[in-house]
Amino acid sequence: MNARLLRYAWVLAIPLVPLVDRNASHINFLADAGAFMLLALGLNIVVGYAGLLDLGYAAFFAIGSYAYAMLASPQFGIHVPFWVMLFVASGIAAVFGILLGAPTLRLRGDYLAIVTLGFGEIVPQTFLNLSQYTNGPNGIASLDQPTLFGYAFGFNPVPYFYVMLALIALAIWLANNLRESRLGRAWMAIREDELAAKHMGINATTAKLSAFALGASFSGLAGVAYASKLQLVSPDQFQFSVSVLVLSMLVLGGMGNIAGVVLGSFTLSLINNFVLPQATNIAHAIGLTVDFTNYRFMLYGAILVTVMLFRPEGLIPSRQRRAELRAALADPDLSRRENAEYTQASG
Amino acid sequence: MDVLLQQLINGLSLGGIYALIALGYTMVYGIIELINFAHGDVYTLGAFFSLAILGLLGVSGELHGPPLVGFVLLTIAGAMVLCGITGVLIERLAYRRLRSAPRLAPLITAIGVSFILENLMQLWRGPSPVPFPEVIPNPSLHLGGVEITAKEILVVGLAVLMMIGLQLFVYRTRIGKAMRATAQDRDAAQLMGININTTIAVTFLVGSALAGAAGFVSGVYYGTTWFFLGFGAGLKAFTAAVLGGIGNLTGAMVGGFVIGVIEAFTTQFISDQWSNVVVFSVLVLVLVFRPSGLFGEALPDKV
Repeated sequence: MNARLLRYAWVLAIPLVPLVDRNASHINFLADAGAFMLLALGLNIVVGYAGLLDLGYAAFFAIGSYAYAMLASPQFGIHVPFWVMLFVASGIAAVFGILLGAPTLRLRGDYLAIVTLGFGEIVPQTFLNLSQYTNGPNGIASLDQPTLFGYAFGFNPVPYFYVMLALIALAIWLANNLRESRLGRAWMAIREDELAAKHMGINATTAKLSAFALGASFSGLAGVAYASKLQLVSPDQFQFSVSVLVLSMLVLGGMGNIAGVVLGSFTLSLINNFVLPQATNIAHAIGLTVDFTNYRFMLYGAILVTVMLFRPEGLIPSRQRRAELRAALADPDLSRRENAEYTQASG
Repeated sequence: MDVLLQQLINGLSLGGIYALIALGYTMVYGIIELINFAHGDVYTLGAFFSLAILGLLGVSGELHGPPLVGFVLLTIAGAMVLCGITGVLIERLAYRRLRSAPRLAPLITAIGVSFILENLMQLWRGPSPVPFPEVIPNPSLHLGGVEITAKEILVVGLAVLMMIGLQLFVYRTRIGKAMRATAQDRDAAQLMGININTTIAVTFLVGSALAGAAGFVSGVYYGTTWFFLGFGAGLKAFTAAVLGGIGNLTGAMVGGFVIGVIEAFTTQFISDQWSNVVVFSVLVLVLVFRPSGLFGEALPDKV
């Protein structure tokens, strides 16, 4: 136990980062990376724990962000405090998680993926089209900046960094406890064999809906924090590529494992917002005209393909997930039998 | 009434394109139960390959008489071959290894392939729409208040021809029979001496070639193309395949035309801003209430 705790002792150093690194752009990057880490932790509940491949997860990020934009900005003259909005927006996102999850309950895995993708397209499109409330493509700007006991956050990234850190700590704590809980074990049972899980008395409907609701609530938190930091929401922030980016974070790090998800999301954020722009700057400095940031989509794609082909369990695998994915590759018949049973169960 | 008829005609020509793409989805799903997410991008590649071939041939404007027929056929054939090869390569590199993995694994690589293709096309021809030469002269037929353009006749005619060809291929040839056998029961087909890998590769070849033809047609029809074309079109074509009953060729064709008409009517009577929302809602409704689609009798879930 002590050895395990010691291994994570370096985590205690993270809050000290802004004291050591005075470069505001670094802290700004870390705060943004934090928002995506929250998204990844939320999607991990849906995809990693419950095995429901949600390809429209950005929809809930959009809902959380727009909730903040509409209830805490001059748009309608409503100014709900940031701290209250964290609860309100995650609640709203959770409700939408249930509403959009409900139609998918009877669908099998790949159809569920496509339907969630459809929702992921419909939600931002709806925000775009309802321009009398959302200003359409221009989005909603000058959102309220949070204040804490009279201290205004302003445009300083440091307080946002701490907010993200606190939210991530909360999310990790929740995700950890959920995994060990009765509900978490139900999710994993459904993921491995829905038919068997149902026969063991697991209520698949409740379990799946709670996965959608809890997963969505994390992105509600991320939406509020990210929108208030950026001061702006617009529909183009929530395209399909965002859902795929977050999925790539899970796949890279290891679906179902919190350490893997944290590592995967941080690595991808680092590459995306730091390595690629820096590499481009260096290339420009030595006279090359290449812009590496144009290769982002290829990077996500390459991660999805190569990891699924050669290391489907990700960089830091969850032990169970690894066994499932590897067993199938080692014994094709086993997996075919399982797929067949799965088809029977849900078809 | 004229407006209705006019939109019906617009919808049918749009639908011809969706039907051609939907065939590729439905064939691949029928045989390996994979939503080939990259299929929409193979369709976009078809448009870009056509553009490149027309460039090589030095065609930049309207054609007439024999050159029109010759160049159009050459371009379509070229786009079909190149897309067919791309499809086979994708299957070989990204899907074959995962054939017996949990079914979500190849879906994830398919999304990855889609992103790689989109990025490559963006690097190739830039992020903005690229004009497509107006090779087809544009006389139009006036019937009452309704206008039918030569392009629309080309789209629908070509789509119908391809579909007839495909039906003959699948139901009258030896390899077509192998495809149907493999779709029914892969293990039994293998025991009967069918080479599964070849059969699946041929399925990808044919499906992707049809998408290549659709790519050319869409370039002619819209007069423009861009790297992200296949994302929306692919989703609509997939909706068409599901609507018709996935795995069912006739269903995919009918579904394609239905989706085209739905889109045209939405654009006319609601607004084109909502056409995607309406089509995706159709997808959700079909999957929730009738997952086997309109013609989904013959294909129960494989066990």
